[in-house]
Amino acid sequence: MDFFHVIVVLLESTIRVSVPLIFAALAGLFTERAGVFDIGLEGKMLGAAFAAGAVAAVTQSVWMGLLAAILISIALSLVHGYASITQRGNQIVSGVAINFIVAGSTVILGEAWFRQGGRTPALGEGSRFQTITFPYADSVREIPILGPIYSDLLSGHFLLTYVAFAMVPISWWILYRTRFGLRLRAVGENPGAVDTAGISVLWLRYRAVICCGILCGFAGAYLSLAMTAGFVKGMTAGKGYIALAALIFAKWRPFNIMLACLLFGFLDALAIRLQGNPLPLIGQVPVQLMQALPYILTVILLAGFIGKAIPPKAGGVPYVKER
Amino acid sequence: MSTPYAKLPGWVEYGLIPLINLAVAFLVAGLVVLLVGENPLEAAYHLINGAFGRGEYLGFTLYYATTFIFTGLAVAVAFHAGLFNIGGEGQAYVGGIGVALACLWLDQTMPWFVVFPLAILGSAFFGAAWAFLPGWLQAKRGSHIVITTIMFNFIASSLMVYLLTRVLKPLGSMAPQTRTFAEGGQLPKLDWLLAIFGLNVGTAPFNVSFLLALVAAFCVWLLIWRTKLGYEMRTMGHSPSAARYAGMSESRITVITMMISGGLAGMMALNPIMGEQARMQLDFVQGAGFVGIAVALMGRSHPAGIIPAAVLFGMLYQGGAEISFEMPSISRDMIVIIQGLVILFAGALENMFRPAITRLFTMQSRRAAVVTQTKGA
Amino acid sequence: MDNIAIELRGIDKSFGPVHANKNINLKVRKGTIHGIIGENGAGKSTLMSILYGFYQADSGEILVDGKPVAIRDPNAAIAAGIGMVHQHFMLVENFTVLENIMLGAEDSQILNKGIAKARVELKRLEREYALEVDPDAVIEELPVGLQQRVEILKALYRRADILILDEPTGVLTPAEADHLFRVLEQLKSQGKTVILITHKLREIMAITDEVSVMRRGEMVATRTTAETSVEELAELMVGRRVLLRVEKGEAKPGEVKLAVEGLTVKDGRGVTMVDNVSFNLRAGEIVGIAGVAGNGQSELLEAISGIRRAVSGSVLLNGKPIDVTGRADPSELRDRGLAHVPEDRHHVGLVLKFEECENAILGYHHDKRYLNGVFLDVDAIRKDAEKRIGEYDIRPPNPRLKTANFSGGNQQKIVLAREMERGPDVLIIGQPTRGVDVGAIEFIHKRIIEMRDQGKAVLLVSVELDEIRALSDRILVMFAGRVVGERDPDATEGELGLLMAGVEGRKEAAE
Repeated sequence: MDFFHVIVVLLESTIRVSVPLIFAALAGLFTERAGVFDIGLEGKMLGAAFAAGAVAAVTQSVWMGLLAAILISIALSLVHGYASITQRGNQIVSGVAINFIVAGSTVILGEAWFRQGGRTPALGEGSRFQTITFPYADSVREIPILGPIYSDLLSGHFLLTYVAFAMVPISWWILYRTRFGLRLRAVGENPGAVDTAGISVLWLRYRAVICCGILCGFAGAYLSLAMTAGFVKGMTAGKGYIALAALIFAKWRPFNIMLACLLFGFLDALAIRLQGNPLPLIGQVPVQLMQALPYILTVILLAGFIGKAIPPKAGGVPYVKER
Repeated sequence: MSTPYAKLPGWVEYGLIPLINLAVAFLVAGLVVLLVGENPLEAAYHLINGAFGRGEYLGFTLYYATTFIFTGLAVAVAFHAGLFNIGGEGQAYVGGIGVALACLWLDQTMPWFVVFPLAILGSAFFGAAWAFLPGWLQAKRGSHIVITTIMFNFIASSLMVYLLTRVLKPLGSMAPQTRTFAEGGQLPKLDWLLAIFGLNVGTAPFNVSFLLALVAAFCVWLLIWRTKLGYEMRTMGHSPSAARYAGMSESRITVITMMISGGLAGMMALNPIMGEQARMQLDFVQGAGFVGIAVALMGRSHPAGIIPAAVLFGMLYQGGAEISFEMPSISRDMIVIIQGLVILFAGALENMFRPAITRLFTMQSRRAAVVTQTKGA
Repeated sequence: MDNIAIELRGIDKSFGPVHANKNINLKVRKGTIHGIIGENGAGKSTLMSILYGFYQADSGEILVDGKPVAIRDPNAAIAAGIGMVHQHFMLVENFTVLENIMLGAEDSQILNKGIAKARVELKRLEREYALEVDPDAVIEELPVGLQQRVEILKALYRRADILILDEPTGVLTPAEADHLFRVLEQLKSQGKTVILITHKLREIMAITDEVSVMRRGEMVATRTTAETSVEELAELMVGRRVLLRVEKGEAKPGEVKLAVEGLTVKDGRGVTMVDNVSFNLRAGEIVGIAGVAGNGQSELLEAISGIRRAVSGSVLLNGKPIDVTGRADPSELRDRGLAHVPEDRHHVGLVLKFEECENAILGYHHDKRYLNGVFLDVDAIRKDAEKRIGEYDIRPPNPRLKTANFSGGNQQKIVLAREMERGPDVLIIGQPTRGVDVGAIEFIHKRIIEMRDQGKAVLLVSVELDEIRALSDRILVMFAGRVVGERDPDATEGELGLLMAGVEGRKEAAE
């Protein structure tokens, strides 16, 4: 039973750390499927986390915080969109730039406005998300196996956690079952086909970029309004890049993204769990190896040793009408 | 048609347009300063004064510039072959191993001028080795080099934490860093160089690796424009199909270019490790690998542009520290913003002002033509 | 007047200094097949792109059914009942046929309803025009002919009354082309108007009712097809009767320089592009390879010159094998006396951003005379370039000018000078005069003959049949990857044309 308990705790923390990854990777899914590469997920998430923390602290409203997160993240997406869609600039360069601008300005503005060493003020009960407890969660906990799964694994998460997992089928549905999704996937493969069909390539890509902004907004808000009570400088700590890795690892497919994020989240949770505890048979695993594993796995996948990750064909290439 | 922009005179192309992009980046940065309730002009004064006002300040500025010359050159070399090496950060970090090993081995028995060449080789070797795999994976397996180098940055970071906390740390010490090097592991300062201009370097760690950076810049120029390999790299960068036609091996060039690029990034480690701290610490790279992207973009991937761009960023780093001293609400993170803005305006938005400027120039030349015509008639 | 489907009045369009369309006037009658013919670069595609809203004309007017319409984007064109089948298909390759046809005309925000409707409509169109295609097939798995069919269905699905086809047969097998023409006849009989852009006279004569000729951006004439002749159209197309009879003496073929045996090449998708090709090339002769573009000529050249790997077969250069199925290295082949003027000078033969003198050593940069150890001998390179600029009359005579700033003809001369100057034993030339001005054409042709007279072996590929006939001592015709016949240069155009269309060839192979 003790072992089972460990597993439940491990999975529970897996879910907790996977949520921002799922949001951010789905965000990347929308832009990259539309042919705009985005390594600025990190920056957007960070900007959103800051906006959420700051606004929630000032207004005392978690919803205002969430709204601010989404708006800021969309604004940053539009900057990326303007550079890479309208100005046809290098998408990688633009993403790098946004990451830096956000990393710097969240600290500068945070310090100027709140003077707490780059933090936003700690949020009280009303201005942050609370966990949701399912009905009878407490009374059924004692039931073997199913009890803890219901009470600890399924129940007791933040609203945004459920939203994240709901976003997986929703994103799938949008991409594969709506007109917008059809066009979005088409523009990432052959923008010429979209243009000659009388659809604006630019506006379509802008909409994809906005979708990305919304989802990154959720990711950031989760960090500062749910996972912790307030913004801490640099709190994304590379999650945007792990999400990017997960997106590639999932070969740009929604359900694979969820699995990849859960896998990477699990590795993260395991790394924390294993700190100082040797594994049976294997012995002591350096925690750094566990931390590096998502990146190593992605590199191995990219190298084509486990399947082949084929990115959208028009990805990274600005659209120019050709004669 | 295929040429969207008309041809502009060289001084506009390589002088005016980059300057305008830079000016806009600084204007936006000034807005941020306004936003936090400070005076941008005052900040600019502190920035420039803090970077150049005294021999010591200048020494710090050039110390930072040294670092950025290396990482800027690293990015530029890869750009010429059409490769985006975003992994300078990790390569510089791993390059530190080479420096540390040379110093730990010989610092107590040999003078610096024996240790230094070995450290150069070591840093270049380790940096190149860290860049080799992404290069090889792109050449042979088709993995996108941007993504792999990003991944390698994180892997490098984990690797270095592991090494510094478990392997390279002296017994009994708590801090994740190597022991402090003896004299043989410390580079002499370039106080005499500033003294020529009547300046006192003070405590600034401005050291001989600056000269090495200048030599490296010259060597990169030689490599790109005066060697067969450089010719092949540029051919591949402009047109992979032409390179194939000319019988150049794409995979060979990719791997070699990445190794040169990684080697240059690795050499950056000499400056902080041997030139300043006399030991290898966690996170000694401090984002210099990414600054290299900004420097290479601003310097148009040409060593003659990279050196001033590196000095500019050196100025930001040093002057930025002074600003935060004088104006507490502007911390050193201001530099990070400016860096991002420069990457945005000099890189991703480099063509934003071009149409307007082109129009201006065609208008002017047309007017000039009319004037000569009327004169002729 | 009411039977005019489309009228263009005074259409004018410039791209920077290039005047692509000059004051174009055109009337296309309803329910006809109207051909627009002209050489490569005559401005046909630009004109049609304007009609489809891909570009805006600088001035001029478009009338559909007698009413002026503003066609600002493809949407407006579609609304005006214009559909277009592009030369390079505008299809999403990993989508199904149905998804491609629906794209942009989905009817509702949610796909399911639209899909059902589209399926029904597609079935109807398939029946009506005999255009069967599996709606659930993925595009990239379909042969080219079927992909084109999807493009036509796309236009019909959008209720196009006027269908523009841009060089539709370039990528088709003859059987597919025949079927396409039957489809076009069918469309015509249903009252649709078809505009067919091509540079192939045979197609014009075979299927059109009327034909308009474009030359260097101008619409020079419109004729009723039944009342004109191939000769008249050809003359209108070219302007003056270009003297393609290049002065040349009798060939004196010597020993075999290049022996190709059973060469087979496949493309990335595993489609056989060159199919068991064998021939010999002797010193002092020009062998021309004729064929419609896309019948394997490009791949043949690339395989021989070591750029593309062959699947099987052997090639002997001066009696010694080239490892065409393995590690054939273009630079090693150059050392062994094989020079190659590639078909695509913009992306392959030259680096347009390089200075002229840098391009003058492309592929020969290993040559000792340009090197000091690992360093380039810049002085030697520039001197050498200057010398050749003089010899080949390259203008402007500035070795440090960016190559992109030279005209097409001068760019081609840079490549030719580089490849000819070392006196290779075998010279492979692809499309020597594509996009080259008339003056340069004569110069280039003379040089090629000179090479032959110096005893070099020349292999020539061109889609311009006239050029092949004027220069070659022997002509091989390629069709669907195979050499389907060999002819003397005085074989008639009709005879060669039939071979190129794969008609005679099949008989010959069967015998």
